[in-house]
Amino acid sequence: MADVNRGDRPLSPHLSIYRPQMTSVSSIMVRITGIAALAVSFFVVWWLLAAATSESAFNFIDGLMRSWLGDLVMFLAAWAIYYHMLGRLRHVIWDLGYCVDVEVSEKLGIGMFILATILTFVTVLAV
Amino acid sequence: MVQLTLPKNSRITTGKTWPKPEGATNVRKFQIYRWNPDDGQNPRVDTYFVDMDTCGPMVLDALIKIKNEIDPTLTFRRSCREGICGSCAMNIDGINTLACIYGMDEIKGDVKIYPLPHMPVIKDLIPDLTHFYAQHASIMPWLETKTNRPAKEWKQSIEDREKLDGLYECVMCASCSTSCPSYWWNGDRYLGPAALLHAYRWIIDSRDEATGERLDELEDPFKLYRCHTIMNCAKTCPKGLNPAKAIAEIKKMMVDRAV
Repeated sequence: MADVNRGDRPLSPHLSIYRPQMTSVSSIMVRITGIAALAVSFFVVWWLLAAATSESAFNFIDGLMRSWLGDLVMFLAAWAIYYHMLGRLRHVIWDLGYCVDVEVSEKLGIGMFILATILTFVTVLAV
Repeated sequence: MVQLTLPKNSRITTGKTWPKPEGATNVRKFQIYRWNPDDGQNPRVDTYFVDMDTCGPMVLDALIKIKNEIDPTLTFRRSCREGICGSCAMNIDGINTLACIYGMDEIKGDVKIYPLPHMPVIKDLIPDLTHFYAQHASIMPWLETKTNRPAKEWKQSIEDREKLDGLYECVMCASCSTSCPSYWWNGDRYLGPAALLHAYRWIIDSRDEATGERLDELEDPFKLYRCHTIMNCAKTCPKGLNPAKAIAEIKKMMVDRAV
């Protein structure tokens, strides 16, 4: 686009002025939860690796995972995984050509938040 | 590429506060993006006060009133004042729309007006749409035929004509494309909702005979597949169209012809 931008034209503001939409927020959350779940999975791998390494190594990471901080991170990770999974499911529905409509998609977005929260609490109670 | 912050020359500063109209009781505050290509300064946001008792109901009415009565240097595009030309598209109260058909009663608090997002600014509220128009031209926005020209016109059944409803109404105002985060980050290669809606309008036209070529042209990781169904486009379209649906249909046709 360099050739069209004569005279050092400024770029108009975007993220800073665009009002957050249910559509865009539920969309970016799918990405954020995906990345967050990946980050947390490293701790799980570490946990398993430590179990195969030595008792002291395992005790360290096991203590971290079982602390209140570890519980909190795992709780949020469970929510992230459920939300991400539901978000992916919504993409499948869209890609089949259904529900590509603002009102329905916004309802699905709210549904993803609620259902992910319910599933997380069910998981916590079950484990 | 994703760049969350504005380049140095684009950071917005606080601008001038223009005097309140004398004797007015029903005054509304407007905050409007300004950039003058001639003074070498960064963009700024000016504050204006408009007497609502002597102003029309639409945002464009207020802009014209400001230009007529307060500050003649305020620059914006406008023409038809009834939502059919697409000239006065801008970011009003955080969403993209046409100033001429957006009522000020729909806005709570101060009226904030910026140019269409993530575009090079020519002056004040006028973005440079050169690239946007070039993308539209690239999808061959015309009837492509191979068979011999009929004696009269290219005919179409009522049912086939109905497939163009919700597509032909697009006025190319660029509200949708400039509301799309994917277009913000990859607008150089992603065609954006407006151009893709037009592409679909010709793909499903029963009279068009270049469907295969059109799909070939779009089969590209960027041109078509940067659409992640964020749907800001459909949410903001001032004509109530749904570019996201048109794009989803193109993606479906890509799969259908591959299997």
